[in-house]
Amino acid sequence: MTPPAAPPGTAAEPDSPAADRPLLRAAGLHKSYGATPALAGASFSIDAGEVVAVMGPSGSGKSTLLHCLAGIITPDEGTVHFQGAELSALSDSERSRLRRGDFGFVFQFGRLVPELTCLENVALPMRLAGTPRRAAEGTAGEWLARLEVSDTHAKRPGQISGGQGQRVAVARALAARPRVVFADEPTGALDTLNGERVMELLTAAARDTGAAVVLVTHESRVAAYSDREVVVRDGRVRDLGAGAAGHR
Amino acid sequence: MSISHTLLGLLEAGPRHGYDLKRTFDERFGHDRALHYGQVYATMSRLLKNGFVEVEGFEAGDGPERKRYAITDAGVTDVGRWLTTPEKPEPYLRNTLYAKVVLALLSGRNAAELLDVQTAEHLRLMRELTRRKRDGDLVDQLVCDHALFHLEADLRWLELAAARLDRLAEELRR
Repeated sequence: MTPPAAPPGTAAEPDSPAADRPLLRAAGLHKSYGATPALAGASFSIDAGEVVAVMGPSGSGKSTLLHCLAGIITPDEGTVHFQGAELSALSDSERSRLRRGDFGFVFQFGRLVPELTCLENVALPMRLAGTPRRAAEGTAGEWLARLEVSDTHAKRPGQISGGQGQRVAVARALAARPRVVFADEPTGALDTLNGERVMELLTAAARDTGAAVVLVTHESRVAAYSDREVVVRDGRVRDLGAGAAGHR
Repeated sequence: MSISHTLLGLLEAGPRHGYDLKRTFDERFGHDRALHYGQVYATMSRLLKNGFVEVEGFEAGDGPERKRYAITDAGVTDVGRWLTTPEKPEPYLRNTLYAKVVLALLSGRNAAELLDVQTAEHLRLMRELTRRKRDGDLVDQLVCDHALFHLEADLRWLELAAARLDRLAEELRR
């Protein structure tokens, strides 16, 4: 299936290949909450079109890493570069614009706006980026169909199941054609079958649109949908694949 | 997996030659491990001796085996008994991974590294099975899911073992 066309003005222009590798890179991140360190020198990078699973036990710093990468929180030390630009050097409004246009988000519990219909929810990031209502809702409708939840168009989040809500959330994350999708335990609240279907749809859609996916999960079966996994342990990121290469 | 019961079960649908039985077995249950012809013929000889199958006829052909086997009443009873007897769950108590961890700790090697390498290998196979599942039909999906759930259980154990390495090392030193 051909992905729906990006509405004008929401997708980033493709950069030259050399400037684009890696798309998102973090180096030496430190972040503490009071006296408790969450990140202690974490580094991470992801290329365009890559799906990377970030694994690790509860409290290991996975979500903090994701929030730093997405510019939601600022690390105490270290840098995050997106397409060569350092996030901490951007103004608040520039960072907000980045989160609306270039970044998409899927959380464990959908976090859809309860007062809006599902169609309006999916259209929202495009509307905020200035796309006219008709065009935004047209694209939103195509994405709902792609995520197999066309029947939720006119319904509000409270009227649909958890599995449908997560698919609507994936549609919302991808409809604005982000360069990076941040998915934090996107299947954590779903049963096995629904969770797997959401992962299939999310990774297939991201691969088709060329979006990178940072997938935070503690479930290995969910992580298996990625291209590679990293593990956060004691606030640092470990690339298990690199360590095992010599043993294959 | 009991090959003799599986072949016997396939015969319940109707008489077949040894070659046909092998092909059907491989298609339905072989996946990564096809049966050898020798296994099929040895099994059929045994079933024949025990009265669970009979030779229904011979057919002309180029292949080495032309006997056409049919299941007997005793064979049907045996398959029925096998199908309704629960399989004994694997106890998993004698485990190579556990033995490696203990030996690494006893010999002062890096047990954490060993667990990481094993975790990466499990994850690599899980990615491969997930790809196969995505491109396959419902039969592939069920077979891969079975393997994926077992690998997931191993991974949970690996994670737990990694979290308890210091305590285990301490106990082994006593």
